[in-house]
Amino acid sequence: MLQYVIRRLLYSAVVLVLASFLVFMFVTVSGDPLAALKITPNVSEETVQNIIERKHLDEPVPVRYYEWVKDALTNKFGTTLLTDEPILPDLWRVMKNTLQLVLVAELLAILIAVGIGVYSALRQYSVFDYSMTTFSFLGLATPVFWLALMLQVAVVQIYLATGRNVFPIANLNSVDPGEGLSFVIDRAHHLVLPVIVLMVANIATYSRYMRASMLEVVNSDYVRTARAKGLAESRVTMKHAFRNALIPLVTLVALNFGTLLGGVVVTETVFSLDGMGLYFVNALGTNDPYPVMAWLMITATMIIIFNLVADITYGLLDPRVRYD
Amino acid sequence: MTERSAEPVAPEPVQPAAGAALAADPALADVDLGLSYDSGVELKARSQWAYARMRFFRHRLAVGSLIVLILICLVAVFAPQLAPYGFDELDLDNITASPTLEGWHLFGTDQLGRDYLSRVIFGVRTSLWVAVFVALLSTAIGTAIGAIAGYYGGQVDNLLMRFTDLILTLPGLAVLLTAAVFFGANDSEVFGIMIPQPMKIGLILAFLFWTAVARIVRGLFLSLREKEFVEAAKAAGAGDMRIIVRHMLPNCVGPIVVNTTLVVAAAILVEAALSFLGFGIQPPNAALGKLIADGQGEGFNLWWLVTFPGLVIVVIALCINFVGDGLRDALDPTQRRTRT
Amino acid sequence: MAQPILEIRDLTVEFDTEDGVVRAVTGVSYDLAPGEVLGIVGESGSGKSVSMLSVLGLIPKPPGRIPSGHATFEGEDLLTMSSSRLRDLRGGRIAMIFQDPMTSLNPVLTIGDQISEAILVHNSGTSDDDARKRTVELLELVGVPFAERRVDQYPHEFSGGMRQRAMIAMAIANDPAVLIADEPTTALDVTIQAQIVEVLKAAQRETHAAIVLITHDLGLVAELADRVVVMYAGRVVELADVFTIFNEPRHPYTIGLMNSLARLDADLDRLEPIPGQPPSLITPPPGCAFHPRCAISQGRAICRTEVPPLKAVGVQEAPHDSACHFADELANLGAARAGTAS
Repeated sequence: MLQYVIRRLLYSAVVLVLASFLVFMFVTVSGDPLAALKITPNVSEETVQNIIERKHLDEPVPVRYYEWVKDALTNKFGTTLLTDEPILPDLWRVMKNTLQLVLVAELLAILIAVGIGVYSALRQYSVFDYSMTTFSFLGLATPVFWLALMLQVAVVQIYLATGRNVFPIANLNSVDPGEGLSFVIDRAHHLVLPVIVLMVANIATYSRYMRASMLEVVNSDYVRTARAKGLAESRVTMKHAFRNALIPLVTLVALNFGTLLGGVVVTETVFSLDGMGLYFVNALGTNDPYPVMAWLMITATMIIIFNLVADITYGLLDPRVRYD
Repeated sequence: MTERSAEPVAPEPVQPAAGAALAADPALADVDLGLSYDSGVELKARSQWAYARMRFFRHRLAVGSLIVLILICLVAVFAPQLAPYGFDELDLDNITASPTLEGWHLFGTDQLGRDYLSRVIFGVRTSLWVAVFVALLSTAIGTAIGAIAGYYGGQVDNLLMRFTDLILTLPGLAVLLTAAVFFGANDSEVFGIMIPQPMKIGLILAFLFWTAVARIVRGLFLSLREKEFVEAAKAAGAGDMRIIVRHMLPNCVGPIVVNTTLVVAAAILVEAALSFLGFGIQPPNAALGKLIADGQGEGFNLWWLVTFPGLVIVVIALCINFVGDGLRDALDPTQRRTRT
Repeated sequence: MAQPILEIRDLTVEFDTEDGVVRAVTGVSYDLAPGEVLGIVGESGSGKSVSMLSVLGLIPKPPGRIPSGHATFEGEDLLTMSSSRLRDLRGGRIAMIFQDPMTSLNPVLTIGDQISEAILVHNSGTSDDDARKRTVELLELVGVPFAERRVDQYPHEFSGGMRQRAMIAMAIANDPAVLIADEPTTALDVTIQAQIVEVLKAAQRETHAAIVLITHDLGLVAELADRVVVMYAGRVVELADVFTIFNEPRHPYTIGLMNSLARLDADLDRLEPIPGQPPSLITPPPGCAFHPRCAISQGRAICRTEVPPLKAVGVQEAPHDSACHFADELANLGAARAGTAS
């Protein structure tokens, strides 16, 4: 098991290095990040030259890659291209914000989706099952950004009609959020709409998944065996069906979580939330390769770690899985 | 876990052995031919496709969705003839009109008096085109890679699947955005061939979407290559290419078609998100996501500018998913439900 | 015959499907005497399993449904009793062994957990330690080697034969009066099948339970059963003791089954399959469901118009019933002769 984890991590490290080089090539070769700066008035030749020297922009790509790796390892991913600000503190800040948002939304989504999925499977073809099927089809067909916009439109229309502002439609906090409990309340109030948006798509996916795996399990031979043993229906459902049905969902959630930590680009953009996704989009917008690279590395690491977590939890939950 | 054996697609025709036994006895043969009711002994030998068609058309929601989709496609194809206004045409008498029958501004107009119904129709045209392109291209790539990995197995399989895993490890949307920014912002010429910007977005999307179908086809091929008919073909001296294309691929058509359908829906949603963020299809090309972003820019009191383009995306994606569901029931009987 | 321990009367079971109502069991009646082994024989889809599963409440409802019938066990009707009473009987007085030991055990629980669960649920107040001791004893009884150690293993660490032994151990854990074995050897290798038969015999010696042996394997029936019920298309077509069934079958379907059996004592050039396919249970053939495949019907009208009732045939002391209009024509007709006649 330990051996398996170590081997997986080593393999992942190789992949990461390879991927980072490819992405670096891709990002640096495809455009001149200083193009905009050079045509901006009031920027002296000297400033441009300083940046070029600081970031070794006149060197060949492998050297620049080497410099970047050195920066990444020894100097916390280095600094931004134009303003020479350190990258890591910003990344930590946005990561914390994203973690808050994603954790709340995922936990709620899993709880609700598991409930929906199990109940739908136990009452297959009931009115509840059909309504939830309809809901998840709708959820999966609705673009996340549009759902976010529609919630904002609704809030604005309510405001126009009644003069009441039910939920904030942007930012993580008010201008003056206060401290302690009032800060928490203010933050929670701001997160209501983003969390709803994130939950809808996840509930749609997870509940379908849970329903399918629960249906497969409740029709399995071993559940029939459990009934034939004379177990009460509730015990059959909880001990023999539910536990087995949960295994694939746990794996899916773990896999998904790694990706989500990279930020929820669309939701954060629409609601102007200072998270990983918005940070990444802004970095892309300025054509600055260094924050983009830093972001990609951290996100890819997260995904790799959570892939591993998914594998290990799967092994813990299902005794048939053996690592070799 | 035990392998669950796949249900046969169509009931097997009456066994030849049984037929022979009947025919051997003249008296019995006479009797049996005289029977005309549906006894189960005389199942009509329908082809696999006839059964699939039958099952699909029993799925009313899927059939309804298919009709809606066909209508939408027709409108998209004949957009220049059908749209009441041009994509950038201004109707200065009707600026910021809320949805109205007057002047056919069913989806309202923006601050420049541009008709949003017409803009949406042109947007659907681009979005559908790109999505279908993505689905076909990613299916082709994925099927080829999956088939080779599954057919040859061993090291080839290992290498190709590691590559597939690598793609899956990438944060999808981020790679799309990066690629779109650094590579997909303009039209470009490759070897003298003009690649329009929307097509480049399609290429980038296809690069991420092929993994699912590759895994499906690989899985099917791994089990198919153990089947007797493949060994028979090999024994008869058929080449690898011929076995893959003539003998094995036809057995994977169902799952591939279902997956292709679902990719169309997914591609529409992802392309819309990209275009909304400003990294997808660029003006002057019309795109639904961009229309929504423009609408957002004009303020939420002009709610119709945001609402209708999004609603159209939902309708299209919903219909495609329903059709995909119907196709799954029809073509992939292992996943069939017991009652509709 | 002694007072039966289980009486099934006029049982009908239907399933709603996409294509229509499937009548899996139609008007089936039979008895089970204490301590006897009753074989229920038929092709897949003949309703042999469903008839037993349905009276124990083990078919999914919906789509399943039991529009009529009684199933009296020790004086109580299984079909009308409360579900909690039925639960007490299941796994207690009436236990089951299923066909596929690969899928019938929960893959994420240890063998020991699953067997002691059966003990604990029917004997409240038993300590976990006692249940475990009893589990080890049971595993030893059914011939699982190193039971003390293997009790903590998972199903995937057991071979198919060992799993089926574990299933049998689970079934006899509470000294059942009735043991229902649903194709207990079908999924196993031939050599393992013989071992499992021995285990079943040992289990019966231990518990003195009556066994309902559901199978399509006539060899297994010949080896274990005292009496035989032959089912076709959801109906009982013949019922007699095992010697009578094999020596003087009185239904053309039974004769067909015999002829499709490989035997060492008869000089047959080749096996005779029964022609055709099992009938549709949604629109069964009118009259006798077997007539399209029947060698003796010869197109006679009554076979197509009237369902033959199950009635006593023969003159033996032992009861022998057959549901064929022309059962008398089959009198004194040996299975081998009937075979050559077709």
